Amino acid sequence: MLIDTAAEFDVRDYLRKEMMPHFLCPGCGHGIALRALLWAVHDLGIDKDKLAVVSGIGCAGRLSAYIDANTFHVTHGRPLAFATGLALARPDLNVIVITGDGDCLAIGGNHLIHACRRNLKLTCLMLNNEVYGMTGGQVSPTTSETRLTTTTPLGNQEPHFDACALATAAGAGFVGREVTHHVPKLKELIKAGLEHPGFAFVEVLSDCTEIFGRKNDMGSSPEMIMRQKSDIRPSAYRDTVDTPFRPNSLPTGILTKNDRPEYGAAYRRAAAARSGAS
Amino acid sequence: MNAVDTALTGKNAMKLISGNHACALGAIAAGCRFFAGYPITPSSEIAERLARHLPEVGGVFVQMEDEIASMAAVIGASMGGVKAMTATSGPGFSLKQENLGYAAGAEIPCVIVNVMRGGPSTGMPTRPSQADLMQARWGSHGDYPIIALAPASVGEIYSETIRAFDLAERCRSPVVLLYDQVIAQLSETVTLDNADSLSRTERKWASGARTAYKPYDGGGDGIPAMARPGAGYRSHTTGLTHNEDGFPTQNPEAVSRNLSRLFSKLERHRDLIDSSEELHCADADVVIVAIGISARAATRAVETCRAQGLRVGLFRPITLWPFPETTLCQAAAQARAVLVPEMNTGQLRLEVERVLGGTPVEGMHLFSGEAITPTDIAVQAAALARGT
Repeated sequence: MLIDTAAEFDVRDYLRKEMMPHFLCPGCGHGIALRALLWAVHDLGIDKDKLAVVSGIGCAGRLSAYIDANTFHVTHGRPLAFATGLALARPDLNVIVITGDGDCLAIGGNHLIHACRRNLKLTCLMLNNEVYGMTGGQVSPTTSETRLTTTTPLGNQEPHFDACALATAAGAGFVGREVTHHVPKLKELIKAGLEHPGFAFVEVLSDCTEIFGRKNDMGSSPEMIMRQKSDIRPSAYRDTVDTPFRPNSLPTGILTKNDRPEYGAAYRRAAAARSGAS
Repeated sequence: MNAVDTALTGKNAMKLISGNHACALGAIAAGCRFFAGYPITPSSEIAERLARHLPEVGGVFVQMEDEIASMAAVIGASMGGVKAMTATSGPGFSLKQENLGYAAGAEIPCVIVNVMRGGPSTGMPTRPSQADLMQARWGSHGDYPIIALAPASVGEIYSETIRAFDLAERCRSPVVLLYDQVIAQLSETVTLDNADSLSRTERKWASGARTAYKPYDGGGDGIPAMARPGAGYRSHTTGLTHNEDGFPTQNPEAVSRNLSRLFSKLERHRDLIDSSEELHCADADVVIVAIGISARAATRAVETCRAQGLRVGLFRPITLWPFPETTLCQAAAQARAVLVPEMNTGQLRLEVERVLGGTPVEGMHLFSGEAITPTDIAVQAAALARGT
């Protein structure tokens, strides 16, 4: 099916209307990220029939059910592993993974680093809202230092992961980050990720107003989004960590891009060479 | 011409190969074109064989970062429409259980080989056991149906691997192939089937209008048609309880309706699934019930007892789950006693006791990492037959 990429984007063309209303809380940033993703899909003219979305467990994991595509809502932490099998078996599909910070970096951390290393053509969209929202607001691997959650009543004492630095170090060919405040920029970043021939990791700084923001007196959703735009880290951060391993302001945009060989094509080439030789 | 060529091109051939090698060739003959695995003794030879042979037939082999990822990748490939398998052993089988439950609940065909080694925990990696029988049935959380096959020879590993794929596709279910380390690494002569004569069961694919397609409508036989990604159905698959449309629901009626269909779907296809073997059961005073290498030893024990004029028989489940209740009841109808030799503390015996009710059931349980010998079984069976 050919899609006129110049056609005006209407998000409803890419949503399952029978699944509405969605279950996201008022003020949640995940809907903005979903819209940006679908806008990118539209801009690239990706055929919905050839689009596969694999998601894990948590608020981010629920998004796949809203997308009018081939969608797979799998087990907690494992969407990258499911997607690896799907993408290897079906290189004709465009495979996108939607995951959250807990899903991707905690229970699924091993799959992330090896997906980065393997460099199979997949686009991984990690929606980072700093908290386990669906289970009621527990600390996650990206919760900022000092923040209150239901399992850090004393304030979080654990350093957080810089997911993009992790993905880069693990060998991802494409790594980028954006905030939900900049929707067109986010859309362009996701597009660049989708166009990248290898593994693309895109972190979206999302906000959890109801569960996380409320507990930390971070105000309403617009205030949280504006804070992310200017400076996501609380001021206390600099006082509690002797040697900060990341700057106070988070870098956004495309952070890593290289042309390491894509795994699936490399495997198929090697297999063809072997078959031809025998 | 190597063994893969033989399996694929239809030339019958005799081969002296190991059980794990036979499993790999059976998989290729059955149309398996995706394998994801993680190294673990004593199953690694299956992965090593398929790493070589799958690319030769246009398939994909991938060694994943862990056992959990291997199971996930296999399900992912199968969701993409490709016949897929993984192989593991004890600790790895434990790690695969969560995603195995996903495959059961979301009804994704796949084959999982578990070469049983001594447990618990890391146990005895190079020694045999038969202690994963109950884990194969109940290893993942929640109620779910599953098929497990228990071959007893290298030749049977080849044919049961093919049958495992057929059943997985036909019933849209994970199928576990359970065999012990002894037959995994034992070499025997196998006749590779003529590829043209093999059944190549394909799952029921969705057809017709998208608007009329319901991903979890069991239709007439309780087994829903699956939508191949790219075929235009754009359906949703989830591990949450779902309605016929495939979307999550907690509506009690929809949950009950869909889970009832799931729980009963294998029962409706017992004629396809059930498989067992009987040796001299008709007049037997003592029926031995055994699987795998223990059944091989028991076969010799039956011959020994019969030579002494003792009426001893053997019932061997080949399909272990669902358990062949009816055929066992018939086979043991005349028996005064039943003997269950097995390399665990009594997992098969528990099931036999459940099925046979009043008949006295005696266990012979060896968990030293050794196989049970024909002599030991013969002595015990003879004592039971003589009523001593």
